[in-house]
Amino acid sequence: MSEFSVGVRQRDTVSIFELKGYLDAHTAPELEKTFQNHLNESRFNIVVNFSDLSYISSAGLGVLMQFIEDVRQNEGDIKLSNMSPRVYNVFDLLGFPMLYEIFDDEEEAVGKFLNKSDNPS
Amino acid sequence: MTQANTHTIQTLQIQSKTELLADMRTFVSEAARDFGFAESDVGKIELAIDEACTNIIKHAYRYNPDGIIEVRLSTQRDDALIKFIVEIFDSGLSFDSSHYTAPDMTEYFRKLRHGGLGIVLMRKLMDEVAFGPAVGGRNTIRLVKYLPASSA
Repeated sequence: MSEFSVGVRQRDTVSIFELKGYLDAHTAPELEKTFQNHLNESRFNIVVNFSDLSYISSAGLGVLMQFIEDVRQNEGDIKLSNMSPRVYNVFDLLGFPMLYEIFDDEEEAVGKFLNKSDNPS
Repeated sequence: MTQANTHTIQTLQIQSKTELLADMRTFVSEAARDFGFAESDVGKIELAIDEACTNIIKHAYRYNPDGIIEVRLSTQRDDALIKFIVEIFDSGLSFDSSHYTAPDMTEYFRKLRHGGLGIVLMRKLMDEVAFGPAVGGRNTIRLVKYLPASSA
C-alpha cells in the first residue's frame, strides 16, 4: 500500500503543497482533492514542493495537467520546486518543463508570484 | 530466438486494484536490483511496470477489482545482449496498439490534454515494448530492459 500525504501551507497569497511519499494511480486522487478544494476557494497561486516525494508516476503528472488550464485562466499558476533527480527525470522525459516552471528551491517559486503581484511605484 | 537461454525467475499475480501497485513495484524492483541493474535503471523498470499495470486496471479491467494481473519475470542471453524481460498478462478488454499513435508532446501541452502518458513513458524507459495479440483469452505486454555490459 502506498503512503502519500499532501500538507498545505500559506505564504502570503501563495499556497504551498508539500507532497510526501509515493504518488501513483492509487494516491493521485488525494492530490486531486487538494487542488479541487483550492480552486473552489479561488486560490490560484500554487507552488508544489516535491522535496519529500520519493516516487511519481504519470497519474501524478496527470493531476497537474488537469488543473493547469483553470488555474491560468484565473491568472494564477502552478509552479514546481525541490524535485529529486529521480522525480525530475520523469517530468523531463515527458517534456513538462515546456509547460511548467520548475525551481530548485521553493523560495524562488514563491518569489516569482510575489514579485509579479508587487506594484512598485 | 533461442528459448534455451531464457530463464523464468519469478511470477506474481495481483488483483486489479491500484492499492496493490506498490507491492508490484517492490516485487519488480527487487528482482531488477538482484539481477544487477544500477538504481537509476531499477527506477525506470519499476515505473514502466507501474504504468503498464495502471493501464490494465483502468482500461482493460475498468477498475473491476476482480481482474487478475500476472507479471512474469525472466532473463535471456541473446548474443551480446543480456535481457531482463517483464511479461504482463490480463484477461480484460484488449488494447489495439495498431490504432495507437504516440502523442506529440508540444501539441499535447498546447491543447492542455491529460492522461495517455503511460505508454509514452513505457517506451522511453524500456528498450523494447510490445503489445502481444491476445493468446488464450489473455492480453500480453512484453517490456524488456538490457543490462548494460559494465553491470554484467
